[in-house]
Amino acid sequence: MTTETITRGETVLDARGVTMRFGGLTAVRGVDLTVNSGEIVGLIGPNGAGKTTFFNCLTGLYIPTEGEVRYKGNVLPAKSFKVTAAGIARTFQNIRLFANMTVLENVLVGRHTRTKEGFWSAVLRGPGFHKAERASRERAMELLEFVGLANKADHLSRNLPYGEQRKLEIARALASEPGLLLLDEPTAGMNPQETRATEELVFAIRDKGIAVLVIEHDMRFIFNLCDRVAVLVQGEKLVEGDSATVQGDDRVVAAYLGEPFEDAPGDEEVAEVEAAEAQAASATDAAPGTDNAGKENDR
Amino acid sequence: MTTQTTSSEIPDAPAAKTPAGLIGIPSHIGRALATGGGVLTVLSTFLAWTWTQDFPGDLTVYGYPGGLQVLVLVGGALTTLLGLASYGVKGLRWLAPAGADAALKFAALATFATAWYTVIAISYELGGIVNLEPGGYVVAVTTLAAFAGALALPFQRPEPDPVDPDDTGWEQFKHSAARSWETVKAAFSAEAPRPVGKLPAYAEILVIVAVMAVALTVFTYGIGTEYDELFIGFLITAGFGFAALNKSGLVAHASQITKRHQNITICGAFVTAALFPFTQTDDQYATLGVYILIFATVALGLNIVVGLAGLLDLGYVAFLGVGAYAAALVSGSPSSPFGVHFPFWAAALVGAAASLVFGVLIGAPTLRLRGDYLAIVTLGFGEIFRITANNLDGTSGPDLTNGSNGISSIPNLNILGFDLGAQHDVGGFAIGRFANYFFLMLVITAVVVLVFRRSGDSRIGRAWVAIREDETAALAMGINGFRVKLIAFAVGASLAGLAGTVQAHVTYTVTPEQYLFAGPIPPNSAFLLAAVVLGGMGTIGGPLIGASLLFLIPNKLQFLGNYQLFAFGVALILLMRFRPEGLVPNRRRQLEFHEEAAAPAVLSKTGA
Repeated sequence: MTTETITRGETVLDARGVTMRFGGLTAVRGVDLTVNSGEIVGLIGPNGAGKTTFFNCLTGLYIPTEGEVRYKGNVLPAKSFKVTAAGIARTFQNIRLFANMTVLENVLVGRHTRTKEGFWSAVLRGPGFHKAERASRERAMELLEFVGLANKADHLSRNLPYGEQRKLEIARALASEPGLLLLDEPTAGMNPQETRATEELVFAIRDKGIAVLVIEHDMRFIFNLCDRVAVLVQGEKLVEGDSATVQGDDRVVAAYLGEPFEDAPGDEEVAEVEAAEAQAASATDAAPGTDNAGKENDR
Repeated sequence: MTTQTTSSEIPDAPAAKTPAGLIGIPSHIGRALATGGGVLTVLSTFLAWTWTQDFPGDLTVYGYPGGLQVLVLVGGALTTLLGLASYGVKGLRWLAPAGADAALKFAALATFATAWYTVIAISYELGGIVNLEPGGYVVAVTTLAAFAGALALPFQRPEPDPVDPDDTGWEQFKHSAARSWETVKAAFSAEAPRPVGKLPAYAEILVIVAVMAVALTVFTYGIGTEYDELFIGFLITAGFGFAALNKSGLVAHASQITKRHQNITICGAFVTAALFPFTQTDDQYATLGVYILIFATVALGLNIVVGLAGLLDLGYVAFLGVGAYAAALVSGSPSSPFGVHFPFWAAALVGAAASLVFGVLIGAPTLRLRGDYLAIVTLGFGEIFRITANNLDGTSGPDLTNGSNGISSIPNLNILGFDLGAQHDVGGFAIGRFANYFFLMLVITAVVVLVFRRSGDSRIGRAWVAIREDETAALAMGINGFRVKLIAFAVGASLAGLAGTVQAHVTYTVTPEQYLFAGPIPPNSAFLLAAVVLGGMGTIGGPLIGASLLFLIPNKLQFLGNYQLFAFGVALILLMRFRPEGLVPNRRRQLEFHEEAAAPAVLSKTGA
């Protein structure tokens, strides 16, 4: 694969002022977000903050009321299958595999945009058909190998355990050869080992040169993984920055834990929680170990 | 656990450890009884069962089984063979790769049910059991003995499920009823068959040939049954007999072998089907054959739309109608406003193309809908076609279809100088008009099977299944849902149109009333859908078998009269309750077979 030639810094995804209104409700308000190639960007926020809605705006499932989304400089089309063809693939928060298809067939469906054989080609079965079919199968098996499901290629996807269904969803998304992969809560419902394995998988995907945008509630996972994290609260982007910046931001803490009612006792509690969180973070995180000083005030 | 519940379990407790039969005969006696009963049953079919020929089938002769006796003879022979196999007789072990006991139970049940049905039918129709000859009593006793013996065979009882002592009487009754049902199910269930050994290729092909021969024999027998009693007896014997073979594991073995040689199997199936007219002495049943084939082919086309792409189309018969009308209009019929006479290939192209256009015209607006809405709209369009065809008679619209009189006197086809309307002699066999059309229709069926197989196993077929499984996810995978669905709709439509071009010539006349949504005569939209669902969605064999049954049963059971649709509804409900995946389950559904819980999820998907 010719992945290492891609340099960091080229903008893959550029969302400007994305606003999504459902009648009177504004789910997403004026969000800007960029993702550069070779980057893993996290999107966090409390439940109902509009993360998945924002995702749906990026993938053409919703058409943003205002604002525009550009992928590698081109405005994205408004149909989700065209978005995938353009190079953005996604997974779903609640796994949406094709339950009654085999694992291999699921990945082959992901190859749909990168193959062209139509109805007549299928019925007439010329040499081109067999060649394309063989190539697709090879590529799909490679991807299954990559996520570690090659030995289950003939199983029905509904019979896979939960963690493997998530992996299969990622393999299926990768089959469309995306430049940007959107993961919607890829570790939901996973145990720590599975989460760790997913982390490794996402790093491996990044190393293939694919930019990743990930929604997640597991903070440890996010702060380990992401080069940059954006926080979405009530439809608006609150902060964006590296793990340390976001972790130390008072507004983020407030958004997750709520504002204290009274000054004195509430402040103390918040400080306690912060300290405990920071300690937990520094104990487990290898990378950002010494940033407790910066946490105090970085407005 | 309270004492109350345990005390009630005590009589059952030892039985759970040592396997025992359903009824209290020692199992070795039961086995002997079943096998011996089978032998005696076979012998008793050579006796006279009744004294008069008033009962159809002539059961009055000694030494020559006739009518229903033949069915009982087959059942008795099967029982005997399975009984011997259950003793482990060498050379018969292949008969029961999954254990002979459960199969023996079904075989004995098949024989018992057929024999007792016959005996009761004789007594009822002729007015009393005095009309039975000794043979009738003998067969009643021997089949009962064989069945009782088979029921005494041991089986693994299910684990007893303790009763909640707080339950009300009704709940306890429900609980015990469910438990007895579980026990009965366990008594009739078999183990998983041992895997089939690798036979040499020629032997496997011989097995396939044998399977085809049996299928042809059964089908020919069924289509040729001349009176109601025989057809009911045939259904009983064939149904339970097939269950017996299924439980013995033979069916699983045969399907494994056919799976290894898929192309040979499909070619073999077509050759077998082509042999059907040669088994007939006149055109009477070839007529049924060609109608079944038309019905089955259209059902198979519908299976692309419903089974693969998951689009519930309730107006599918309209496409058959468009094809038939188009072919009729260019057939040179005197009632066609166009005075043209196209050769068949051109007429077939015109019919398929007309249906294609009609399919795209209907599909383009309606396929934006999902699920139930699509079903309603297609139902509407199906009726619109029929009513329009009715009105294009020159008074309420342009004169095109000749209104409710339809286009009549459609001439017979003449392909390359071969007149399909005349009788031909092929190697001493008289091949009549309907047999000719049977062969032509078989070619069309082959085309549809080819299209179904090849498109199903390709990029486009996977896209169809993906759309069926989860449309949102399919869109997110880059599948242009609308386009792919429109292709499925158009392909299904043109295949139905192709079948329609032949149908127009077979029936001589094309009228709007042939293309109803629901009616007693197939093909109509409701029956087509039923054939697909009943046979098994997404399979080739399913709609073919479903269509044969749905055509033959109303055709043979004329005495049902006005209750035909009612009986049909009841049968459909029962089937959906007990076998939601259809008679021939899909490969995907076979994979999930070991998962009992998966079946209901399948149904909900088909409904949507």
